[in-house]
Amino acid sequence: MDLDFTEAELHRYSRHILLQDVGALGQAKLRAARVLVVGAGGLGAPLTLYLAAAGVGTIGLVDHDQLELSNLQRQVVHATARLGRNKAESAAETLRALNPEIRIEIHPRRMDAAAAQELIPRYDIICDGTDNFPTRFLLGDACHLLGRPLVSAAVLRFEGQLSTYKSHLGAPHPCHRCLHPEMPPEGLVPSCSEAGVLGAVTGVMGTLQATEVLKEILGIGEGMSGRLLLWDALDMRFRLVRLKRDPGCALCGEAAAIRDLSAHAAPPPLVCVAS
Amino acid sequence: MPDTLSVPPTVMLTVNGEARSVPEGTSVAGLLAQIGLAERKVAVERNLEIVPRSRYAETLLAAGDAIEIVHFIGGG
Repeated sequence: MDLDFTEAELHRYSRHILLQDVGALGQAKLRAARVLVVGAGGLGAPLTLYLAAAGVGTIGLVDHDQLELSNLQRQVVHATARLGRNKAESAAETLRALNPEIRIEIHPRRMDAAAAQELIPRYDIICDGTDNFPTRFLLGDACHLLGRPLVSAAVLRFEGQLSTYKSHLGAPHPCHRCLHPEMPPEGLVPSCSEAGVLGAVTGVMGTLQATEVLKEILGIGEGMSGRLLLWDALDMRFRLVRLKRDPGCALCGEAAAIRDLSAHAAPPPLVCVAS
Repeated sequence: MPDTLSVPPTVMLTVNGEARSVPEGTSVAGLLAQIGLAERKVAVERNLEIVPRSRYAETLLAAGDAIEIVHFIGGG
């Protein structure tokens, strides 16, 4: 581990280095880490801002969408002047201005099976901040099969959920299909563009997601594998529930039927994706 | 002799914080059917633990269970 820091780095990260559980060694771990964030939207905005500020050395950003006016109610990494620009590019501009010490890798493409197979092995930790079930299931399957931890958050209206999946490490870690074995039938669960979302709720959940990513890199505290956080902003109730590995799971179970990404080969349907 | 068989015994539990009584022997699958919820759009939490969907039919509800319906959300 390279422990040489410039004067500017020591100053920039001094509040981290002061923390007993981080210190110079932890900061070096953050600098050496490679994190892939899928979706530069409501979750991806605070998530990438805090990872960049924290000095995560390489942040990959995947988003094929263009910045729209309706994004700016919550996607605080962007700016009004950048409407119409690719969202990965727009976010990268803000992140580079925030912390020029780190590397931002832009992937302005759709996260499909080919992209998953190409990009996921190049990073240490994957973050799901996407806004549709086909991509969420693709990422969940791909991270298990390609052996990468997935820090996953989701929002809708006034609610948020968060968990970390490390099922590639074996029992007792569950995978995303231990919670939801299959995608909901189309049209049964609305998206944020259909049902709305309070902007600040995405801010809280994306920030919690960043916290879990940093904990995973640093190897400190209790991770979220095997646990699911449920938050309802209206009654301000946080609940932490246990999520066990399901022996009958089609992805990580004893007789797992899903062994590759072939089920995801078709491009996801062109649903409205205004994340 | 009173005919106790005509009224099936029930168990009291809470669903999303509200008291509810269900016939003894009701499973998680049975409860979802009673409430009218499609299994594919929710997860079920029983006493702070997610019940695997493959176990819905065999998981019987017990008196005092705290059940929460966890909605499937996927926005970002």
